[in-house]
Amino acid sequence: MSGHSTYNPQSKVLQWFEKRLPIGGLIYTSFVDYPTPRNLNYWWTFGGILTFMLAVQIVTGIVLAMHYTANVNLAFDSVEAIMRDVNYGWLLRYLHANGASMFFFAVYIHMFRGIYYGSYKEPREVLWILGVIIYLLMMATGFMGYVLVWGQMSFWAATVITNLFSAIPGVGESIVTWLWGGYAVGNPTLNRFYSLHYLLPFVIAGVVVLHVWALHVAGQNNPSGIEPKSNKDTVPFTPYATVKDAFFMACFCILYAWFVFYIPNYLGHPDNYIPANPAVTPAEIVPEWYYLPFYAILRSIPNKLLGVLALFSSIGILAFLPWLDTSPVRSARFRPLFRQFFWLWVIACIGLGYLGSKPPEGIYVILSRVFAFYYFAFFIVILPLLGIFEKTKPLPNSISESVLVKAKA
Amino acid sequence: MSTVSSAEHSRRDFLYIATGAVAAVGAAATLVPLIAQMNPDASTIAAGAPVEVDLSPIADGQIVKVFWRSKPIFIFHRTKHDIELAQNVDVNSLPDPEPDSERVKKGHEQWLVVIGICTHLGCIPLPHEGNYDGWFCPCHGSQYDSAGRIRQGPAPKNLYLPPYTFLSEAKIRIGEEASKPA
Repeated sequence: MSGHSTYNPQSKVLQWFEKRLPIGGLIYTSFVDYPTPRNLNYWWTFGGILTFMLAVQIVTGIVLAMHYTANVNLAFDSVEAIMRDVNYGWLLRYLHANGASMFFFAVYIHMFRGIYYGSYKEPREVLWILGVIIYLLMMATGFMGYVLVWGQMSFWAATVITNLFSAIPGVGESIVTWLWGGYAVGNPTLNRFYSLHYLLPFVIAGVVVLHVWALHVAGQNNPSGIEPKSNKDTVPFTPYATVKDAFFMACFCILYAWFVFYIPNYLGHPDNYIPANPAVTPAEIVPEWYYLPFYAILRSIPNKLLGVLALFSSIGILAFLPWLDTSPVRSARFRPLFRQFFWLWVIACIGLGYLGSKPPEGIYVILSRVFAFYYFAFFIVILPLLGIFEKTKPLPNSISESVLVKAKA
Repeated sequence: MSTVSSAEHSRRDFLYIATGAVAAVGAAATLVPLIAQMNPDASTIAAGAPVEVDLSPIADGQIVKVFWRSKPIFIFHRTKHDIELAQNVDVNSLPDPEPDSERVKKGHEQWLVVIGICTHLGCIPLPHEGNYDGWFCPCHGSQYDSAGRIRQGPAPKNLYLPPYTFLSEAKIRIGEEASKPA
């Protein structure tokens, strides 16, 4: 893979530049000539979609920052001024808010794809862990962005989430005071969240560069889970993957536009249109939909510290996935038992998400505990055991063989 | 990979060009709101609405300063002497030739309304200073006369005139010229 690129610029200007900063060759080898497995399906377009959404969020975020004021007395009104007075302000705000939801929607599909096809297995462990880091940074960024609106949900979500750290024995309270910059969520908190919310997307961009680099070292996984054996198994990235990515990106944008133009507040909570009131807690505090599964896990455990540990470990456990799954077979296509447990796990995730939006009482709590138990059991019990006991289907000899067999069938 | 006939080549070319054209239109459409959002928003435009000023408290010879669209506006209630000095000048000898009659409204020659920003680099000149019965800009020494015209110093143009109209003998509205008769 590494070595002299096949990039051969014709113009003298480009040749001059290439000798001094070979960025043309880098782009060419990484995104034009790059050997891509020929059997990639549409689940593989989400990496490109995620990069696009990161760019959208950064661009809309920067222009919104030209009009937003991060002060407890002015923040909510500045957002309303964006909606009402700024030229196209309503569009930029809805693009940014719904863009966050679309960003998370795409990242969940991207992660499910990775788990289903075994993209986290050797030699892609670091690629996977970098992805987990990106996901954590996204969660922090999304949380802080939501607080900036300074509505009722913003304020109380900030209070609840920062209070999680008080569960840490001994230093917990000091850490929370340090996070707040005061004795409760207030102006210092809002200001530092604004600074960090502006910073973290660029940190994400940096980790994405590492993520793509790690990907290019190993090469892409593919639906069969078998590495390419010859160049009969691959096609050049441009035009095949480029056009496939662009097509599905357009379809994705149609869904995105549907939300932005027809139902822009559907995924939000009406209580966030009430200015923050530190004296009144809303009847139900609910995070945005993309945090609901973890919220359900947190609330399913009746102990404060254990609930917080369960919350953080439900994300942290993802980082250990390459070592928890002991099966030598990568793709779920050839692992019939794993496939069933996987889909049950997806149902558990979605179920937890639904339960996270419900009040923590009665049947909802019981179901949350059942699903949360299965969530962890999938990683800690099922995956390690499957590797030992599962009877996998025979693997095809190569990617091109698997494609030709499918075509004949 | 089998070869394709040239007829299919042109179909592919058409698709490439069509996709490229749609993408270009999309890119232009994307730029519109991103660039337009930096233009003044509705509240800024509303704050720039015309301003009415009551002239009756302004004494003979007094210069007052009001704000319109965040710009300082000098309103000079000129004495007979100020008006004479402004009118009895050889217009062609001025750095920026302009007769006094073109800088005031007919029938209201005692009122001079000018934007108080030095046309050199933007400082606010000091009223009742300088050698020409007008303004002196302390930043680089430009001097304006009783019609707000540049006489001496680095400023290239006379003080600019805002749009304004007389609503009555003692009231002006700065920000719009005379409205059309009903």
